[in-house]
Amino acid sequence: MKFPVQTSPHVEAQSSVAGVMTTVLWALVPGTVVAIWLLGWGVLFNVALAVGTAWLAEALMLWLRARPFHPALTDRSVLITGWILALCLPNLGPWWLPVVGSLFAVVVAKQLYGGIGYNLFNPAMVGYVVLLVSFPEAMTRWGAALDGGAAELSLTEAASWTFFGALPPGSGFDALSQATPLDQLRMVVTEGGSVANMGGSIWSMDSSWSLWLNLAFLAGGAWMLYRGAIRWHIPVAMVVGVLATSSLLWAIDPDQFADPAFHLLAGGVIFGALFVATDPVTASTTPRGRLLFGFGIGALAVLIRSFGNYPDGVAFAILLMNLAVPLIDYYTQPAVFGRKSGAASRGAGE
Amino acid sequence: MWMAILLAVGLAVLFGVVLGIAAQVFRVQGNPLADRIDELLPQTQCGQCGFPGCRPYAEAIAKGEADINRCPPGGESTIRNLADLLDVEFKPLDEDLEVQEVKKLAVIDEEVCIGCTKCIQACPVDAILGAAKQMHTVIEAECTGCELCVEPCPVDCIDMVPVDEGVEAYRFPLPESAHPVVTRGFGLRPEEPVNA
Amino acid sequence: MPEARVAVSEGLYGFHGGLHIEDHKAPACERPVEDMPLVDEYVLPLHMHIGAPAIPVVEPGERVRRGQLLARPDDFVSAAIHAPTSGTIRAIEPRALPHPGGLSAPSIVLAADGEDREAEPFDPWPDFRDRSPVEIRSRLREAGIVGLGGAVFPTAAKLATANPGGVETLVLNGAECEPYISCDDRLMQEEPETILRGAQVILHAVDAARCLIGIEDNKPRAVAAMQAVIDRLAAEEDERRFEIKVVPTIYPAGGEKQLIRTLTGIEIPRGRHVTDYRMLCLNVGTTAQCWRAVVEGRALTERIVTVAGGGVTDPRNLRVRIGTPMADVIEAAGGYTEGVDRLLMGGPMMGFALHEDEVPVVKATNCLLALRPADRDPTPTPQPCIRCSRCAEACPADLLPQQIYWYSRAEQFERCQDYHLFDCIECGVCSAVCPSHIPLVQYFRHAKTEIWYAERERAKAEHARRRFEFHNERIERQKAEREAALAKKRAAIQAAQEKKAREQAGEGGGQPAASSGDGDDRKAAAGMSIEAARQRARARKAKAREQSPNTVSGGGQRSTGEGRDTGHSPGAEGDS
Repeated sequence: MKFPVQTSPHVEAQSSVAGVMTTVLWALVPGTVVAIWLLGWGVLFNVALAVGTAWLAEALMLWLRARPFHPALTDRSVLITGWILALCLPNLGPWWLPVVGSLFAVVVAKQLYGGIGYNLFNPAMVGYVVLLVSFPEAMTRWGAALDGGAAELSLTEAASWTFFGALPPGSGFDALSQATPLDQLRMVVTEGGSVANMGGSIWSMDSSWSLWLNLAFLAGGAWMLYRGAIRWHIPVAMVVGVLATSSLLWAIDPDQFADPAFHLLAGGVIFGALFVATDPVTASTTPRGRLLFGFGIGALAVLIRSFGNYPDGVAFAILLMNLAVPLIDYYTQPAVFGRKSGAASRGAGE
Repeated sequence: MWMAILLAVGLAVLFGVVLGIAAQVFRVQGNPLADRIDELLPQTQCGQCGFPGCRPYAEAIAKGEADINRCPPGGESTIRNLADLLDVEFKPLDEDLEVQEVKKLAVIDEEVCIGCTKCIQACPVDAILGAAKQMHTVIEAECTGCELCVEPCPVDCIDMVPVDEGVEAYRFPLPESAHPVVTRGFGLRPEEPVNA
Repeated sequence: MPEARVAVSEGLYGFHGGLHIEDHKAPACERPVEDMPLVDEYVLPLHMHIGAPAIPVVEPGERVRRGQLLARPDDFVSAAIHAPTSGTIRAIEPRALPHPGGLSAPSIVLAADGEDREAEPFDPWPDFRDRSPVEIRSRLREAGIVGLGGAVFPTAAKLATANPGGVETLVLNGAECEPYISCDDRLMQEEPETILRGAQVILHAVDAARCLIGIEDNKPRAVAAMQAVIDRLAAEEDERRFEIKVVPTIYPAGGEKQLIRTLTGIEIPRGRHVTDYRMLCLNVGTTAQCWRAVVEGRALTERIVTVAGGGVTDPRNLRVRIGTPMADVIEAAGGYTEGVDRLLMGGPMMGFALHEDEVPVVKATNCLLALRPADRDPTPTPQPCIRCSRCAEACPADLLPQQIYWYSRAEQFERCQDYHLFDCIECGVCSAVCPSHIPLVQYFRHAKTEIWYAERERAKAEHARRRFEFHNERIERQKAEREAALAKKRAAIQAAQEKKAREQAGEGGGQPAASSGDGDDRKAAAGMSIEAARQRARARKAKAREQSPNTVSGGGQRSTGEGRDTGHSPGAEGDS
């Protein structure tokens, strides 16, 4: 009897890419629900538009590149890209922000590099940064959270705002955008004010929504850790990087620099640490390399926030560290079996 | 303004001096390029490239007098290695040369051999053993498969025989999945059970 | 031989990575080992061990008996092959091997006569303790004993790597960590004494002080059976060198280096022998065969094979003669079930898929595993690596398989070696955990074999280049010598030269120079006939050719005469 030739492995598959991606998608749910509750329906529109565009763009690009849809499209990775990008966008932004961002992320940052597994940079962050530098005004349309904020808008009002840029006639709501805490920090930094003087307002805003959102993301992160979709190294190292760098700066001059707790809770640090920096394709893969990678992101994010031109530096920090990954991986190879220092010496005959 | 110009000129002079010194200090002796090319060639000494042996061909490539795609025994992999070394584009084997798929060795039909020693003269690596009017034989381990002995034989008693390299020389192929599927559409479905 | 018990380290050490995996050992391991009935034809590949192929010592048509030597070891690392039953040698010809590439290789084909008559055994040595280590090693060599865990390294050669008295610990490998396989488990349950007696032989041969027996904790009956014999030996013979270490069931706990690390905490790097660390590691099946070879005088002609998987009707362990066609073994286990599409030699992790079942059971065949698609996931399409590094977390050799994969696929083999490709033990854990279902081990095997191939090619090219350079040098020197000699002779005996040239047109003008090397001038001056000189040159040249053409300067000078004789020197010059 003849058999077709097959290569190993010959055992049951232990996991699949689609399975990993599904875990991540479920982990995004609590944060997204809380974001909708806090920031209104605009978040939902962002997610729907970004995910839908990303999926269509992936399909189109696969077709153009003459690659089969299965398994590239069915592995759900592109949904994550769109979703993560959407969660970075302002809740009162126009409809074309998620569309343009997703298109750029999937077409340029992912598919033109060769599709999943081949992209050097995190696609969602590339999309976000492109939007940030191209449409700085639209990217600041954050509506206030909760009472008196964008969450007050009804579904139709929010849809009208997102798609037509205006509230339906008769709506009494004044959806004014408002500066985020990080924007305020930026103003202080650029205009020479004192961080300490604005401390109260930062904390009032933070406690209003940032904390809840971060807790929801943490819940998702715990789920991913439990399911083995991510490892602890990068998030922990990134948080340590943020805390260490900001503590150092704060110790030097508390007037000029915000305190560590603010840096940790404001902006995208927790979200980025759990969902973006842990993207396996663009992150470092060795245990030591992951620590270095995460710490680098945290440190760079704080430096960019403190000295740079943009309010939040997490996206830039992630992209910069993406660039360093091949180097990090090469120099942080684990010691191979039998070559660990001292491991073999005990029994060696010589 | 003047300061900037001065600075630029100063830097240019500085770098020029540094580079000049470096060129002297780290000067490489001889012609290592030809050596390195020679190392990549299969050393069959077959002369199919048009040069009398691998070394002359290597020197010609180093001087830019010969193209990298003129070595049939080396095949595609040698051309790729040369392209890598010289940082030029890969090109397929020159059209006037014949692609050599399998490795072959010369075998003398000892019944027919008349002992003329012509093949011994032709062999570039002295791999043929024999004496005038005595039967000749090829030392298998030394033969490079260059075929130079085939032509001179007046009785056509030399055959090029494909080498059986044995189990030890087995090379595992890359899995089929190493090459991306190029197809538009849904793509591969999970494998169906196969009944032989 | 009473020995003080060597203090063993408390607890175990474990190793990095590994995989908890469904073991599938039942139902085969629930049934006693049965004898496989004789078949009509046996095929014995000459190369079924690590090292040089064996050299046949029988001719087609010869009648042989079971245990009779068919092929002798060719080298220090090589193993003898014996007739698995009595019969007639049908042929010595290339036959399909159990090989991942489906290759064929020279094999001895034995037509069985069904009588199964035994040949005269080796001298039995019940008193093996009176035999020297050298005698025991040569017996193991004569009996064709190789490692039966799957590596098939000749046991005699393995023992010889130990310096006399240089082994402190013998590690018996009864871990058998691969799913489905239970041949060692059954052997430990049924013949624990043979295993331990065999271990005593080895302990004696290497003068080791203790023997650690590593058994996975999923084999309680094997542990109990072995412990019972150990206790009895301790009570009856004061044999206290044995100690069972029950190791956790985590694949690949039975890998030699992983087991040693688990038991002793010592990591043996690539390129070092286990014996460098005063240890020796043998499979339990191997020591049982050592007992039979040394004490009973019987050669290795059979082994236990697990026939398992959803693809066979009646999974079980069979005692199979080496050389039995696998199709017959499957038949003896009830035949295939519906839908079988894959036959493996070895386990599902390290085994390889066979192209066909008409290949023989060899010494390395510990398992025949027939699988249906239902027994594994239907092979999913491999996807690009997402660098999740689960492979690195699971790798028992602490490698970064995802990086090696990347470079193997790009055929950047030097980079593969930067990432320690050759430390890979091909255990298959990385392929099994990969969420992208990439056949990683196949990539690594590809890279390894390509690197070996390239190294061989480089060595060959280097050799050819040296010979070519020498060839050119020789041609140059001959030319120079010839010209010098010619000038000399022209001056000395110009008249004779001209006369000879007229007589022998076509033979070329330089014949006298042929014998320029030694005393020819004097001869010529003495007026010796040209013809005589030519005869002498010829004779000398013939003699030179009989000797090695490699002979450096001597060979070169002598062939001067030959070149001139046949008048082809111009051609030779043109070559250079």
